[in-house]
Amino acid sequence: MLTVSGVHTFYGAIEALKGVDLEVSAGEIVTLIGANGAGKSTLLMTICGNPPARAGRVIFEGEDITRLPTFEIVRRGIAQSPEGRRIFPRMTVLENLQMGSISAKPGSFNTELERVFHLFPRLKERIDQRAGTMSGGEQQMLAIGRALMSQPRLLLLDEPSLGLAPLVVRQIFQVIKDINREQKMTVFMVEQNAFHALKLAHRGYVMVTGKITMSGTGAELLANEEVRAAYLEGGH
Amino acid sequence: MTAISESAAGRALPWPSMLRESGLAAFVALLLTVPLVGFRTVDRPTGLGISTRFDEVLAAAALVFIGRLGLCLVNEGRALLVMVLSILALAVSAFVGFPTEALKVIAMGGAFVISLRAAMKINGDAAITLAAVYVALFLGPWLQLGGGVTLWLVAKSVIAAAALAVAVWRGLHAWRKHGAPVSLADRDKAMDRIAVKVQQASRFLGPVGIAFALIFPFLPIADRVSIDIGILLLTYIMLGWGLNIVVGLAGLLDLGYVAFYAVGAYSYALLATYFGWGFWICLPLAGVLAALSGVLLGFPVLRLRGDYFAIVTLGFGEIIRVILINWYQFTGGPNGISGIPRPSFFGLAEFNRNPTGGLPSFHEMFGLEFSSLHRIIFLYYLILALALVVNLFTLRVRKLPMGRAWEALREDDIACSSLGINRTNMKLGAFAIAAMFGGFAGSFFATRQGFISPESFTFIESAIILAIVVLGGMGSQVGVVVATFIVIGLPEMFRELEQYRMVAFGMGMVLIMLWRPRGLLAHRDPTIRLQGYGGGGTPAAGTAAAGGEAIAGGRAK
Repeated sequence: MLTVSGVHTFYGAIEALKGVDLEVSAGEIVTLIGANGAGKSTLLMTICGNPPARAGRVIFEGEDITRLPTFEIVRRGIAQSPEGRRIFPRMTVLENLQMGSISAKPGSFNTELERVFHLFPRLKERIDQRAGTMSGGEQQMLAIGRALMSQPRLLLLDEPSLGLAPLVVRQIFQVIKDINREQKMTVFMVEQNAFHALKLAHRGYVMVTGKITMSGTGAELLANEEVRAAYLEGGH
Repeated sequence: MTAISESAAGRALPWPSMLRESGLAAFVALLLTVPLVGFRTVDRPTGLGISTRFDEVLAAAALVFIGRLGLCLVNEGRALLVMVLSILALAVSAFVGFPTEALKVIAMGGAFVISLRAAMKINGDAAITLAAVYVALFLGPWLQLGGGVTLWLVAKSVIAAAALAVAVWRGLHAWRKHGAPVSLADRDKAMDRIAVKVQQASRFLGPVGIAFALIFPFLPIADRVSIDIGILLLTYIMLGWGLNIVVGLAGLLDLGYVAFYAVGAYSYALLATYFGWGFWICLPLAGVLAALSGVLLGFPVLRLRGDYFAIVTLGFGEIIRVILINWYQFTGGPNGISGIPRPSFFGLAEFNRNPTGGLPSFHEMFGLEFSSLHRIIFLYYLILALALVVNLFTLRVRKLPMGRAWEALREDDIACSSLGINRTNMKLGAFAIAAMFGGFAGSFFATRQGFISPESFTFIESAIILAIVVLGGMGSQVGVVVATFIVIGLPEMFRELEQYRMVAFGMGMVLIMLWRPRGLLAHRDPTIRLQGYGGGGTPAAGTAAAGGEAIAGGRAK
């Protein structure tokens, strides 16, 4: 579904991605783990074309989207829940969700809204509340819900567990699993919380300073000595 | 009330630290006033000379010292004493002669603020009482009973009477109950509540205000001067609403809005004087030209963000002005354009006594006595209609995808692009539409004045319009109206202070920014509510992101 091949991305003169190859197939949950500053978020941003890759190609459903502007990429069925959630704080929950459906097919709003409320009943309770006054977990739910409103076929999640209490993290990951299973949604997720992410994901990649160093099924990586030593010891 | 000061009176005052703090404040005041006030250039027969006025510098520093000492005393629990003293000081300085009016303004303003601060320390009712008394004293008709009844006098008297009633009612409270002192946070919260109430009341206050604006020219209190002021206020309200689209909704800080005003004004003036076209043909053309200039500016600029964006718009405003000054053959340069035709009555009649253009005259057409007021009233309705169009547009567009996208851009423009919003087009749209409204206002300005020159389009105009939007509370339509009355109306009110009215005006601005840092009416109303879900009633009133869960309360179904 999504193929990233030989992607190099620069911030000015700094090479953040040094030839990344990876693949996400339809119906999968794929996770990318790595330390701070490894380039995980940059990869997600590059898939969305902001900044675009300087070399290499990003193919989505057979189409080269490397050079497309971000809004065109989103219209082709990729939705992103960006790092740090980035909900609209002064707008209500409903307005936030409506912003998510701005590039969706017209007329889809009500059914998508029902679906999001089914996944996150909490959002339905908070429908008229200003998003900025909600807790971190609720804001994360809103960020994912907002991304789903555009009826994507590929959902990109950037650190959905960032700054959340362990209990809330478990809730969020459960919902990601549900989205994948019930809606057959393909999910590509960047995470620092390696343990939870690998347990959830079908497959995983490990990124170190702009390069993919390892890949395998979630279970394989969880069992891998190096991964354990680098990302799991003392963690989760 | 007395309980607080008695309990504190037992403690000794920390004089050394209080004196040190006051001295420091006075020192800072000295540093600031020496270069600004201490020296002035004077014309001498031999050329420019410098005269000093250090006596005024010292007086200002002394005032600051006393004021700071008063604040220290308030913090040490001597609120009642300071309140009484500062009220006395206010009263005395109102009648005593000062070496200059500026010192008088500083003394009175300082005493005003300190007495309010002291009253807050006593309790909330005392503070409200005092504030209401000040409003009543300031607006009361005491000074002008000799003159005729003007709209201004009526409005002032009504407000003063209301303030007096509040003062009596709250004053009784303050005497009976020994309420707790009010903290700054309490004050801000109370003001937030008031702002939310006002904004909610705008649903019926709006129509009432519009109805009043509609019948205003026919009220007996409306004379030529008050209608002229009405036109001035409406022009700024329209410009404020226009700029509100860019600054308030889309969150783009535009410091050069006056450029579009100028493009509109010159478009009309040039089209009308070169081709002899009428106002009603030129108005849409001026709007289109202004919108085009907005797009022209927008293309290179919209990739910039924040401060950089603001600086470039500032430059654009200046570029337009400099072009107008220097393109002498086309724009008349600094001499401007005069003899700009007045608008006709929708192309059917003219407002002159003896029309020359082949059209009948207005008063004959309607069988009225000729009056020069007809044209002014017509201009009044013209700008009222234009302003209402802008307002209606903004109210509608907030409920459409485009307006929502603008608001989302203001909130977080990175999130917007990840939602598939074409940021460039959206920003260009906001820019072009606001520019178009600025252009409309500009051609109205040209036709009203009959004469325009680059001097009318300096940066200070942009700053005033921006001040209206920011003071009103970004994105608030009612806020723009309230702020226009303050920003344009206050300098009119302070006319008795003559050249120092700008000092008083500046002080007023500082106070508003201290008390309402996010604007007078910063509350944002949601644009959509779904029937059948938890909502439909009042909006959740959490204005600040304060901890989340606790505020949320039970909004479940």
